[in-house]
Amino acid sequence: MTRFLIRRVFQGLIVMFLVTLIVYLLFYLGDPHDIARRLAGRQATPDQVQAEYVKLGLNRPLFSQYGHFLWRLLHGDLGANFVNGVKVTTVVKAAAPITLSLGLGASVIWLVLGVSTGIYSSIHPRSVADRTFTALALFFYSIPVFVLGLSLLYLFFYQLTVHGHAWFPASNYVGLTDDPFQWARHLILPWITLALISAAAYTRLSRTSMLEVLGEDYIRTARAKGLSERRVIFRHALRSALTPVVTQFGIDVGVVLGGAILTESVFGLPGLGYEAVHAINDQNLPLIIGIVIIAAGAVILANIVVDMMYAVLDPRVRL
Amino acid sequence: MSALPMESPVARPVGDVLVSLTDVVKHFPIKSSALGRSGKEVVHAVDGVTLEIRQGETLGLVGETGCGKSTLARCVTRLFDITSGKIEFEGNDISKLNRKAMRPFRRDIQMIFQDPYGSLNPRRRVGSIIGDPLAIHGISSGVERKRAVQETMELVGLNPEHFNRFPAEFSGGQRQRIGVARALVLRPKLIVCDEPVSALDVSIQAQIINLLDDLQDELGLTYLFIAHDLSVVRHVSDRVAVMYLGQIIEEAPGAGLYNRSRHPYSRALLSAVPVPDPASARTRERIILVGDVPSPIDPPHGCRFHPRCPKAAQQCVDEEPQLIPRFNDPSDHIARCHFPVADGEDLAHAKPTLAAAERIVPEPGALDTGSTT
Amino acid sequence: MTQGINDAIGAGDSGQILEVLDPGMPNTKVIEGRSPFALAFDRLRRDRGAMISLYVIIAIIVVAIAAPIFAAVTGHGVDTQYRGLDALSPAGAPHAPSSTFWFGTDDQGRDLLVRTAYGARASLEVGISATALTMIIGVTIGLFAGYYGGWIDILLARLIDVILSVPYLLLAIALVEVLGHISLWIVIAIIAAFGWAGVARIIRGQVISIREREFVEAARSLGSSDMRIIFVDILPNVIAPAIVFSTLLLPASVLTEAALSFLGVGIPPPTPDWGQMISDAQQYYQQAWWYLAAPGVALLLTTLAFNIFGDGVRDAFDPRTDRLFAK
Repeated sequence: MTRFLIRRVFQGLIVMFLVTLIVYLLFYLGDPHDIARRLAGRQATPDQVQAEYVKLGLNRPLFSQYGHFLWRLLHGDLGANFVNGVKVTTVVKAAAPITLSLGLGASVIWLVLGVSTGIYSSIHPRSVADRTFTALALFFYSIPVFVLGLSLLYLFFYQLTVHGHAWFPASNYVGLTDDPFQWARHLILPWITLALISAAAYTRLSRTSMLEVLGEDYIRTARAKGLSERRVIFRHALRSALTPVVTQFGIDVGVVLGGAILTESVFGLPGLGYEAVHAINDQNLPLIIGIVIIAAGAVILANIVVDMMYAVLDPRVRL
Repeated sequence: MSALPMESPVARPVGDVLVSLTDVVKHFPIKSSALGRSGKEVVHAVDGVTLEIRQGETLGLVGETGCGKSTLARCVTRLFDITSGKIEFEGNDISKLNRKAMRPFRRDIQMIFQDPYGSLNPRRRVGSIIGDPLAIHGISSGVERKRAVQETMELVGLNPEHFNRFPAEFSGGQRQRIGVARALVLRPKLIVCDEPVSALDVSIQAQIINLLDDLQDELGLTYLFIAHDLSVVRHVSDRVAVMYLGQIIEEAPGAGLYNRSRHPYSRALLSAVPVPDPASARTRERIILVGDVPSPIDPPHGCRFHPRCPKAAQQCVDEEPQLIPRFNDPSDHIARCHFPVADGEDLAHAKPTLAAAERIVPEPGALDTGSTT
Repeated sequence: MTQGINDAIGAGDSGQILEVLDPGMPNTKVIEGRSPFALAFDRLRRDRGAMISLYVIIAIIVVAIAAPIFAAVTGHGVDTQYRGLDALSPAGAPHAPSSTFWFGTDDQGRDLLVRTAYGARASLEVGISATALTMIIGVTIGLFAGYYGGWIDILLARLIDVILSVPYLLLAIALVEVLGHISLWIVIAIIAAFGWAGVARIIRGQVISIREREFVEAARSLGSSDMRIIFVDILPNVIAPAIVFSTLLLPASVLTEAALSFLGVGIPPPTPDWGQMISDAQQYYQQAWWYLAAPGVALLLTTLAFNIFGDGVRDAFDPRTDRLFAK
């Protein structure tokens, strides 16, 4: 177990290193002079542009810049904004809790929603409920995040507010520690948006996987022993049926970050995705690189955790 | 032994040496970790095999699973690079040729595979599978190629009109006919048959064997025929070589091996052949070997058979026996044994003199020496 | 493989009869073999849901091609800004659907029906081209990595890990910004640049198992070149999973294109684009729901049709596995 963990972490670090290298090279392959020109302002003389260029360290060789960047990264420093000189880490520290709140809350909702509907469908295959869940899953699987988000805003923010029920706010974020109730109230629509989109795949996945497991010999044996159906399903079948769900969850951490960009954009939540989109509009490279690297790190970490969870869920897996 | 019904194959005119193997060795390195770091340990799949196959004859190669016979077949067809030794085809050394230089020889050396399901591409039509050798070697095209393919299909007993079908639409036996047709379409000189019937139903085995036999008479083919079942080999082979743990341990003309096998292992294999006559089955000796084949990673010293041999002695551990004629055998009957089995000797009651520590000791009653099967 | 052999032995009786009867006997039935693909298409044809969604897809393609006809029939240009009372309120608010503007107008007084029809072009062009490009790159890389193995494979496997672990939407918008200008082809290239890794991973896995099959060894023993083995012997065996994967990829590419446009890094205006239209509608939809509804429903209909059709294709190619969205 420990050896596997060490190897897995080592692999993760290699991937992480490659991510920084590729992202860094990609962004600096764009024209750095252009950035300096932009930052120096509209009326800047060529000398001022050059001064800005040197100030940003863009005149040094690329690999020296990258080495410097890596060295700072190892010390937890992602550099300073091009635009206003604020440390990237400061921006990230403010934005990360928002994305984390959004992502964690949404994943709890979609896991509960997806797995429970999936299991219900597998126990009652071809029932009305099963067909309804299937149709809904297909619908939410196909709808774009931003269309769903805007529709929810229209129905639950605008229409309710117009009719005098201002239950759900349109945007903004309130910290969990400031006011837990307001925190949840402000996040509920974004949560539902992100969760409905992702839950669809989980409904189908857990239904398929549960149906497969329920057809296995050992389940028949458990039933033949006279165990109650509830015990058969929850004690015997669920554990192995959840393995593919866990795999999917590991893959989806990256997808969620993509969905979070769109959700944050629709609901005006100043999370990492929102900051990234703004950073891109400002050509604020250090912030973009910082956010991409942090997001990649989160995905790699999540995949390691998922691999660990296999061992817990499936006793056949020896690490 | 003489009670066994032995049908010696009809003697065929035998010509010059077509293929000759000299001290062929094939070792596979063992990957010791996930990182692919290859350790020092190797699998001794083929360990010094010297053989000759003559024009127009069938050489049968028998042995248990894992003895290296399939690896040897893949060395002859140069699917594997050999570790050392020499393979000559019609006097040309082909053992070091690269893929490009090997191509002209591939026209003359074809192979029939064991698994009629796995060896045919499920996504391609039978006509294009059989025509593959023609396409690869750029021989004929269009209508001409189709005619060549259909002729060959007819030759192996397939309906030429099934040209456009997929392998899945044929039964196991018919699929093996497709495999035979593919090997035949270039009219090669040597066909290496790697257990061509082991995956087939017994009644179909006979059909395929008869087909191979007929084709040999008709086209003057040379076969290297590999099987783990002596009863299959006896039908087709002019000469038989017995393989054990990567080595040839006995080689003889068909009748010589069946009637006067010298190596205890050959004798044991022969005694395992089922006999159709219940009367002779009841009276014949049955030699049941103890244990499994030892690991080819670390084969036993001396004679490789000694841990399982009913006649093993200390000499068998100390000294590797040579592959030479024993007793008054003719020069084409050679065996690798210090204590060859004499004519009429009853192996079932043999007692090894070798210390038990060197042997795989049978559990009481496991070595069934009785006359019942 | 063992299973196949067991089947052969198990089916001994029937096989035996076939053996005795078949050789040489004239066959009166159809001689033409039915390819696995023909069988899959037959199954697909019998799938009503898939067929209906196919008609919807065809309808959307027809709308995209015939977009100028919408403009001609309504008499409204795609970029013409109408200023009449039936187009834009004096305060500059979009006008609701009416007999003049069937889908209503946008904030600049343009006809949403005509713009939505034209918008189908960008969605389909990018969706289909990006899927095709992704498949070509992914399948080719998967084939070579799987077939050759070794250090090429290790390198590619790491690269695939890297691509799958960066949040691609984020990197995609960043990349568009770095490149400085946007065109249809850049959007297609970016979607393919992040999509191929998933395809390559699946195909690579398939090839690794196919590579060990005896028919590949047979091809090698016949003197086939590596290229011939890869493209003649292995490729036909990965076409089915590739088709299945592309049915997932197509709606995903349409969504990605819309998302990029929504975030302002898609096909540059004034080319009408659904994602762009939805993005523009963000400020107005509370008063003008039709502004969001026209492109939103069109986009949803497109991805829904592709998903239902794709589900049918998956089912047709592999009837054993449960479909993603069972009937």
